[in-house]
Amino acid sequence: MTHHLVHMPCDEATVRALRVGDTVTLEDWLFGIRDATQIAMFDQGRNVRLDLRGHAVVHTAPNVKRVPPSPAAPVGYAPLCIGTTTSMRMERFTEPLLRDHGVRLIIGKGGLGPASAAAFKRYGCAYLAVVGGAAALETTWITEITDVDLDDLNPESLWKFRVKGFGPLLVAMDSHGGSLYASVGERVADRRAAALAALGASE
Amino acid sequence: MQLDLTEIEEIAKLLYIRALKLLPDDIKDGFVRLQRSETDPTGRSVLATMVENIAVAEREDNLLCQDTGIPIYNITIGRDVTFDGAGLKAAIRRGCERATREHPLRSSVVHPVTRKNEHTSCGIRVPVLHIDFDDRPETVEIEMIPKGSGSENGSFLKMLVPADGIAAVKRFVVDRVIEAGGKVCPPTIVGVGIGGTSDLCMHLAKIAATRALGSVCADPEGAKLEKELSEAVNMLGIGPQGLGGDATAFAVHVETAATHITMNPVAVNIQCHSARRARATITPGGVEFGF
Repeated sequence: MTHHLVHMPCDEATVRALRVGDTVTLEDWLFGIRDATQIAMFDQGRNVRLDLRGHAVVHTAPNVKRVPPSPAAPVGYAPLCIGTTTSMRMERFTEPLLRDHGVRLIIGKGGLGPASAAAFKRYGCAYLAVVGGAAALETTWITEITDVDLDDLNPESLWKFRVKGFGPLLVAMDSHGGSLYASVGERVADRRAAALAALGASE
Repeated sequence: MQLDLTEIEEIAKLLYIRALKLLPDDIKDGFVRLQRSETDPTGRSVLATMVENIAVAEREDNLLCQDTGIPIYNITIGRDVTFDGAGLKAAIRRGCERATREHPLRSSVVHPVTRKNEHTSCGIRVPVLHIDFDDRPETVEIEMIPKGSGSENGSFLKMLVPADGIAAVKRFVVDRVIEAGGKVCPPTIVGVGIGGTSDLCMHLAKIAATRALGSVCADPEGAKLEKELSEAVNMLGIGPQGLGGDATAFAVHVETAATHITMNPVAVNIQCHSARRARATITPGGVEFGF
């Protein structure tokens, strides 16, 4: 189990080196993306101005405050509380995100499914688990909201964050078919019978 | 006692913000208990991060979680209280809107068809208001629950039949906890409703999911099931955040209601580890805030 410090954007080789159980800390750039963002991009065909190629996206819709634009808040948004949402709702967007936008890392909570695992393998991407519900802490890793696209979807816009020491995050799905969620799921399935027996509710 | 609606509006506002920032003591104690018993290294590390987050939120006066949830206000009105009911409902809505605008908070509430966000945390029938009565003299209690969506999406109802028995109820709970996995931000409080009508059953599950840790179902049959189910779901190994470990749930809570001779309904509603709630107790002596 290795710790990786990854400066964003990164190349395919960097992502292919990540294995389930490793940890990662991100530096420099991170994009925020969410249900409505991806519905707009992939179902409604809206174009985005920001280039995600080689970048990391986090499943989020932040609490922000409108402020006068300044060097510290170039687009007039200050971060208040930024955390991570459940990824699985966005499972069907993984493939187009990787295929059409060249995203290299997805950060989320709760994991993604088999279709995403296959896409990670094909295109070279990994899923990094952040601790959901730990948004106050996560916010301390974000220094600035640098840009925003699809602003009308606020809070579910496409956000560009500047980050410093974003992590450690756990590599929970890698580009070689490994998934911690799948292995935990298998173990849980094995234990189900014992739990039901303890309840006197065996099938 | 006459309820002052300007004061109610202010309390509704303060409760929303307080609930988002301060985790109740019983949940903090729950973390201490889980940290003592967790044996999985990943589970231990995840729990430590959650506990660190509680401290960061308090230190930085920030929200515990970015999800401001669907706002729920439970209002309990005691004896000898006079109030304008419609005015009370409007005052709570105004307080909820003001919290969103003035803090500001992310409005997580949209129209269900158009998906339009009014940026007020309010909409049709939201905030959710539950008004009930009890026999405490000159006392009004307002409980605020910002119910996060990750765990709320872990909601399930099954209209089982009497022939399925209580065994099927137990299997349903275990299987829904497995299905929810890491998506509901474990360790959770698993709320289970048993009996009633379909809507009452679901509501019971929400009451159960948002009860304080350490509280026990008033129905001895429900209390017995709470104990059994709490042990069973923590045998599964889902663990904190679904990444594996012992701590899948702080507890399973059960609430019951009488049901029809032909029915055997069961509902599950899950509360995430950021099990937020805030309470204000209003008496002639003033307002006291707690959990």
